[in-house]
Formats: sequence, C-alpha cells, structure tokens
Amino acid sequence: MTPAKSRRHRVRRGLWILLLLAPGAAVMTMFVVVPVLGAFADAFRSFQGPRPTGWVGFANLRDVLFVAPYAAATWRALWHNVVVFTSLMVVQNGLAYLIAFALLKALPGHRVHQVIVFLPVVLSAIVVGILWKELLNPIFGAVNELLAMLGVQGPPWLGDAGTALASIIATNAWHWMGFPALIFLAAMQRIPRETLEAARIDGATDRVLMARIIWPLVAPATTIVVILTFIGSFNWFELPYVMTGLDGSPGGATDVLGLLFYRTAFGGVSSGLEDFGHGSALAVLMFIVVAAVSAVALRILRAREIEL
Amino acid sequence: MTERNRLAWQLLLGANTVVMIFPLLVMLLSATRTNAEIFASPLGLPTGAVFANVVKVWRDTNFPLYLANSVIVTVGSIAAILVFGTMAAYALARYVFRGAGLVYLFFVAGLMLPLKLAIIPLFIQLDTLHLLNTRLGLILIYVAMGLPSAVFILTGFLRTLPGELEESARLDGASELTVMLRIMLPLARPALVISGIQNAVPIWNDFFFPLVILTSDRLKTLPQGLTIFMGEFNTDWGVLFAGLTLAALPITLVYIVLSRQFIAGLTQGAIK
Repeated sequence: MTPAKSRRHRVRRGLWILLLLAPGAAVMTMFVVVPVLGAFADAFRSFQGPRPTGWVGFANLRDVLFVAPYAAATWRALWHNVVVFTSLMVVQNGLAYLIAFALLKALPGHRVHQVIVFLPVVLSAIVVGILWKELLNPIFGAVNELLAMLGVQGPPWLGDAGTALASIIATNAWHWMGFPALIFLAAMQRIPRETLEAARIDGATDRVLMARIIWPLVAPATTIVVILTFIGSFNWFELPYVMTGLDGSPGGATDVLGLLFYRTAFGGVSSGLEDFGHGSALAVLMFIVVAAVSAVALRILRAREIEL
Repeated sequence: MTERNRLAWQLLLGANTVVMIFPLLVMLLSATRTNAEIFASPLGLPTGAVFANVVKVWRDTNFPLYLANSVIVTVGSIAAILVFGTMAAYALARYVFRGAGLVYLFFVAGLMLPLKLAIIPLFIQLDTLHLLNTRLGLILIYVAMGLPSAVFILTGFLRTLPGELEESARLDGASELTVMLRIMLPLARPALVISGIQNAVPIWNDFFFPLVILTSDRLKTLPQGLTIFMGEFNTDWGVLFAGLTLAALPITLVYIVLSRQFIAGLTQGAIK
C-alpha cells in the first residue's frame, strides 16, 4: 500500500468506528450524563414550577435534613428504608439460602421448583402489589380467610400501623426471593463436588455444611446479594405506592424515601405542588447513601471472599 | 443422605411451591368468578360463565390500548438498545483504537447509576425537547437505561469470537459492514437473546417512568393502566383480578417457554 492509500484507509476506519459508537454515546450523554450531573446541580437551586430561579447553596439540603416540617419526614422515611433492608436480608435472603441448598440436592422435581421459585421475579411489582393488597384485604382477602379456617381472626394487615410495613416487606420477599435463591444456587453449584463429599465423609451434617463449608465458599454471591438488596431497599417505590398509597398510609407508617421524594418533587395526594429543589436534595441524599454504603459494604464483603 | 433428612428438604421445597403458586391460583380463579361469589367465599371455585370478567376487561376498558402501548414501548426500546448496543460493542470488541478503554468505561459506568434519581432533570429536559408525554421520550430513557448492560454483555461476548473468519472475509474483499452483519453478528445471537431479555423484563414491568412522563390516558402502559383499574374496579374484584391475570399472562407464558434464558438473562449481572 502507498502511504496516501494507507492514510485514506486509516481515516475511513476511524470514521467507521466513530459511526458505530456515535448513536449509543449520544443517547447516553443526553439521557444519563447530563441528567445525572443536573440532578446534583438542581439540589442547590430554587425552582418556580419546573424553571430554576437561582442558586440557594445548601439551603435545600439543610431543610430536608434539619428543618421542620421536612426533616421529620426524611428521617422517618430513612428509618423505614433501613427496616426494609434489614428485614429483607433476614427473611427474603435467609429463606433464599435455604431454598438454594435444598435445590442443590437435586431432589426429584428440582428443575420445576427452580422455574416456580423464579416465576414471581418476572412479574411487575404493580401486579404483585395489587394482588397482595387484595389477598390481604381484612374481610374478603384469601389470607384472613385461610386464618379463619384455623380459627384465627387476622388483622387488617395494610390498615394497621403495626402490620402495614411488615406486610409490604413480606410481599417483597414473595416477589423477589427466587432471585437471591438462584444466585446462591449458581454459586453453590460451582463448589467442587469433592469438597462437599469430603465434608460429608468427615460426618458433616447439613447444618454444618451450610454454616461452615458452603457459607464461606459462596461469599462472592453473598456480596452481590447484599449490595443488590440494599440498592433495591433504598429505591423502594412501586410496592408501597400501590399497596398503601403515595402518602405511605396509615399515618406515614409505610412512608419510605422513594415515596417522599416523589411527593416532594411532583406533588402528593393532598398538594399538587411541585418542589424540584427539595426533591433534588432528597435525590442527591439517596444517591450518596446508596453509593457510600455500597462502596463500604463492597470493601468489607470482598475482604472475606476467599479464592478457591 | 438419610431418608428423613431427604424428606425434610423435599417438604421445604413443596411448602415453598405452595406459597409461590397459591396467590397466583387465587388470582386466576377469582378472575373467573362474579363479585358476589368472591365476597361470599374468597376461596371458592368458579360456577358460571368463567370468561365474563375477561370479556368485560377486553371490551369495556382501555386494557387493549394499554397492552398495545406496552408492546410498542418495549419493542421499540429493545430494538434500539440492541442495535445501538451492538454497534458500540462491536467497535469496542473488534477494533483497537486510542481511547477505547475510556469509551468502554463511559458506557459501563451507567450500570452503577440509578437513573430514577435523575428523574427531575430528565423531566425538565424532555419538557424542553417537547418529548414529555410522548412514547419516544419514554423510549429514549429506556434506551439510556439499557445500553450499559447491553454494551457490557455484548462486548464481552464479541471479544471471545475468533478473528480468523473476519480476516479471511476481509481478504476476500468484504467490506467492514459486510463482515459485521454477515460474519460476526450471526454468531452473537445467544448474547443478543440474553441482553434482550435482561432489558425487556424491567421495561415491560416499569411503572415509575411512565408515571412521571405520560399523562394522556391513550399513551399509558399496562402497569399504569392497572393502577387506574385498581381505582375504577375497587368494588368489582372479579374484573380487577381478570385484569391482573391478563396483565401477568403474556410474560408468564414467555417465561415458561424460555425459563432457562430468562433465569440466565436476569441473574447474568450478578453471576460472573
């Protein structure tokens, strides 16, 4: 090839690569990079409807964290998100670990079980939320009907401040349990068969196997399950929205940051007022909490992972 | 494994299956019963015309419209994600060029960002572009949301393909475009399926973005339509359950046929 020809070839190749990258990069820039940077900027602005009217420094952030009436709602919602995360870790992921271990045994019908346990995961949170809202209806719901057969008078699950949040958490566990279960199962299946058989020959019971042998070996799966559960818990929105409403009824007992953020930004049931400044401040706080906790958790959890 | 031990685990799985299936069964059965029947006994079997509620949902409500909107938005988004994602991934996987590492990071960094939290600037931006309350606006957000995982999966897969086929096609005088479309992409089909499913499920099920962006009833998607149903048929459970059943049916059927690909697709990001 002559030098001129080779240069033309290089230019054409460069243009071809550029053409391949351009559409994706353009969409990502316009609808990820710009809005995410904008979200941080908006937290420091005041708004009139959807129009920014000026910079207000840390006023929005100070309001939502320390000034009435914003602060009380923020801290209550944050606390509920913490409760959601902790409960899901124990109930949903604990059960998922047990189910994964049961599936690992390859008992008759385990493939069908696997498909069934994952079925709710593909359904919309809206379908799941409405379904469970009706199942938990105090008078005509299937749950209390079953309890009545056992001679128990069930509570008004979603209407009682003492049971409402727990009911939505249980619904979340039903909806998502298959996901951590199959992640744990995939990790368990990667443990060499000889390792498990050697433990068995040494007399390890199922309990010892689960707690001492398998648990440390599936540490990478645990890391990912913890992080994803945390992100999911702090982005909680759809289930409480359909089950107890945008206000997190009764009396804010099911209010979480996602609902509070939406109400603040786009207006709630009682007030249709948009408040993009305070809404953005909440969004930035949620972003920082999720990013910071995930980063710290990742470091701690990665440290306990061992190479096989 | 002792027999008793075996039985205990079998029982756990059995009990779990009942808990998973029972609510869906109640939904299905209630969809076939009248309101009076449901209120008289929530857990009964159907007696009369089992399709009455379904017919009512299909004929007397906007259900078909919501379903069509969901199909349009999901298909449009997935098509754009796969086309743009494949193009970018192909450039990153099959060519060596300066800055490739940075471009890859640019795409993949999006995996970590919850785009929901940027909804306010997205809302303002769509308003400025006159894309608020349009399907195109919603689709563009979904494409931005889906590209990072698509680029991640497809780049990883395309890198594993051997270079010999490509080289021999080039020596035969094939253009870069022909090499890409005729030689390489047909080999990438499994990764395209996984990436498609991984994005289609959350887009099909999404509620948050339509809630903020779409206000016209004629544009609303299925999950949004269901919340309208919930208000409208608050006292007509048979119809409400029929709506839920119809909404859950398409994805359930596809899942049962393609369960292996669904499970692989949805857990892909978490298992390495």
